[in-house]
Amino acid sequence: MPLISTQAVSTPPDLKSTGAPALTVRNLSVSFGGNQVIKHASLDIAARAVTAIIGPSGCGKSTFLRALNRMHELNPEAHVTGEIRLFGQDLYSRSIEPVIVRRRIGMVFQKSNPFPTMSIADNVTVGLRLNGVRARKVLAERTEQTLRMAALWDEVKDRLHAPAISLSGGQQQRLCIARALAVEPEVLLMDEPASALDPLATAKIEDLIVQLRKDYTIVIVTHNMQQAARASDFTAFFYLGELIEFGPTAKVFTHPSQKRTEDYVTGRFG
Amino acid sequence: MNAVATSENLPATRSGDWHFGDRAFQWLTLAMAAVIFALIVLIGWELARGARPAMHQFGWGFLISTDWDPVNEKFGALPFIFGTLVSSAIALLVAVPISIATAVYLTELAPLWLRQPLIMFIELLAAVPSVILGLWGIFVMVPWLRDHLFPWLQKCFGFLPLFKGPIYGVSMLAGGIIVAIMIIPIITSVSREILRSVPGLQREAAYALGATRWEVTRIAVLSYAKKGLFGAVILGLGRALGETMAVTMVIGNSPQIAASLFAPGYTLASVIANEFNEATGSLYTSALIELGLVLLGVTVLVNVAAQLLLKTFAGPSVKPQH
Amino acid sequence: MTVSNHRWRNFKNAVIQAATFACAVLVVTPLVLVFYHLVTQGFTSINWAFFTQLPRPEGEAGGGMANAIVGTFLLLGQAALFGVPVGVLGGIYLSEYGGPHLNWWIRFAADILNGVPSIIWGIVVFALLVVHNVSLFGHVLIPRGFSAIAGGLVLGLMMIPLVMRTTEEVLQLVPGGYREAALALGIAKWKTIAQIVVRTALKGIVTGVLLALARVAGETAPLLFTAFGNLGWAHKLTEPIAAMPLQIFIYAIGPYDDQHRQAWAGAFVLLVLVLAINIGVRFLTRDRFARRS
Repeated sequence: MPLISTQAVSTPPDLKSTGAPALTVRNLSVSFGGNQVIKHASLDIAARAVTAIIGPSGCGKSTFLRALNRMHELNPEAHVTGEIRLFGQDLYSRSIEPVIVRRRIGMVFQKSNPFPTMSIADNVTVGLRLNGVRARKVLAERTEQTLRMAALWDEVKDRLHAPAISLSGGQQQRLCIARALAVEPEVLLMDEPASALDPLATAKIEDLIVQLRKDYTIVIVTHNMQQAARASDFTAFFYLGELIEFGPTAKVFTHPSQKRTEDYVTGRFG
Repeated sequence: MNAVATSENLPATRSGDWHFGDRAFQWLTLAMAAVIFALIVLIGWELARGARPAMHQFGWGFLISTDWDPVNEKFGALPFIFGTLVSSAIALLVAVPISIATAVYLTELAPLWLRQPLIMFIELLAAVPSVILGLWGIFVMVPWLRDHLFPWLQKCFGFLPLFKGPIYGVSMLAGGIIVAIMIIPIITSVSREILRSVPGLQREAAYALGATRWEVTRIAVLSYAKKGLFGAVILGLGRALGETMAVTMVIGNSPQIAASLFAPGYTLASVIANEFNEATGSLYTSALIELGLVLLGVTVLVNVAAQLLLKTFAGPSVKPQH
Repeated sequence: MTVSNHRWRNFKNAVIQAATFACAVLVVTPLVLVFYHLVTQGFTSINWAFFTQLPRPEGEAGGGMANAIVGTFLLLGQAALFGVPVGVLGGIYLSEYGGPHLNWWIRFAADILNGVPSIIWGIVVFALLVVHNVSLFGHVLIPRGFSAIAGGLVLGLMMIPLVMRTTEEVLQLVPGGYREAALALGIAKWKTIAQIVVRTALKGIVTGVLLALARVAGETAPLLFTAFGNLGWAHKLTEPIAAMPLQIFIYAIGPYDDQHRQAWAGAFVLLVLVLAINIGVRFLTRDRFARRS
């Protein structure tokens, strides 16, 4: 039973289980000032699966990701065209506010950013409290639930009220994942979540992603091809703002249909 | 035969030249920078020297005595300390919410085209000399207070001792308000710098959770910036304590301690400004200088606190404030 | 629950937006009102006599502020003389020399000095110059009493910490590459600084000086017991001298309507001077400020 009812914007429940894509992106173009960063990208993000976005630096991976939860609207110079639908619903239509979109599509950033003035527990529940969930029991349960999902519970269960910044980098990132999960998003976007972490912490994050894939749709941007190969079901390869190839990860990495994809995944450039 | 430039072909320069020039310049500039310390020492010393006769005469009792009787040479600082503290407190109460709200508006909520003009206006307000604001205070603000705001306050809240008593216009409250007007620009601009220095990543984290603009400001910006904002407020307090001209012109200049905000008051800075040149006898002057010493002490303490708060909060240094 | 919660959150958002906007308007209002009254009361009183005549004795109408206007400029000139060399050179030290520890203390001390109330400065210079003669080797340089020099000195001293900090800031903006290039050419460090770095930053330094001058131009309190004021001309720098802020204050608290009228006029001229410097300086350095949000 979802904690936050989304009656007015609910997803027809049967769509989720029929294997229909979670997100359909059609002809997405993003430009900043006069500079076009994403050029007419179209793809389907499968539900309950992990889709990796790969490509060399500057190819527009993060820009693509941020278009999915309307983060570009914070930038006055950004111009986004095209259509993005979440389970059939047009995310950029005037009848949906960005605030709602961002609750349904959560985001974890490259550099962990827990709120430093809040405790661990408060960080996890901040999204819930903003949405009006106040019952302490409910919040406590949800805190434990998401911290377990983020594989952080055992490490912090005795100090839930310690400041969030007392955690290590890897723990902070898992906290941010828990924070994002707490509001029950339908999709989780991750922008190079492990790039600032050491290998041990990175491995934990990757295990986490594999675990989460059972219940969540995840889109992860990564410059680490091994990570994409290990953790994802589908892979999209971007180059200079264009979507070059998209398909099941195994195929993209072993039998890519585009030469540029093959050059990239075999390390000839990028 | 060789046209290669060697050190013999180049114009002769003694290495001693450079050495001397460098050392001399370095010492010169160091001496100038050290003038700062000399000035601090000078200020402290001259005030202490001037105040000594009075300190000798009245001792610590000076600080709690309410006498101000030049004729009989009995002096006490309490009415002025009271006046300075109360007018500054009023100024803070009025200025802080308005300044921080304005700073929030300017950094987080205002449409982009409006920001620069507003910022420029506020910086121009900061440049208005105290005496000009005081002039406006005497002839425009005080009559308006006397005829409109104060009677209304008395009507609504007259049951409180704060708002009882005759209304002259010139009053502690008028003093507080005018100081508020003077410190709003500095609190606003320092707060703005503090808010701007909050990392964008914090804001994005809040937005990504589906927070509204105000919620982002509340969660990610204001709580992060708490310490720096507090420093900005203390800086404003430091400025308020030392305000002289505008206060003198509207506070009424009466050395009394009254419960009513409508009663005239007197601040440390104002009494010095008004009576210094009239002071007959060295004890009178010395007493005034001792008041100056008290003012200096309080102001320096407050400023040190503010600077420490600001320097340990913000990464980029806060600009010197006028 | 979310839908109603959502409407409430949007409502709160809108209310806060309106409230903070109202505060911004409230902040701007006094400036607008002050300027409005200055124009209506002051501008209309400005005439040729205002700029050319001396004040009339108490009670008599007419006259002007010629001596105060000249006095202000004389005082500012002296202030610049006293304050600029010390401030700029000190700023150079902060930027180009010194260790991190020492410099932190100098900056801290300068910031504290900036916070010292201006009336305290007045007391200090009073004790230095006004109370007793200033003599050198038995020869009296500055006799006791109020004087223009005392006024100029106090304003100059107040300028020092201001100019020092702004000079340092501006010099820090000069890219390190310039210094390195000059040093690599074998130019002595002090010449590098004096001729190359300072010259590059000159516009910014001048800006800082002008802003500091604008700031002390409006100071009244420290002049009360240094320059003191003068109903006529000061014929020597060792005599008391009139200044605009002083004259405005004296007229404003006096009982005569005509003097009040002249106070408004003086205030108008003074504010125009101060704002002109502030706006002019911002206009001239606007590319530096262009990126501010």
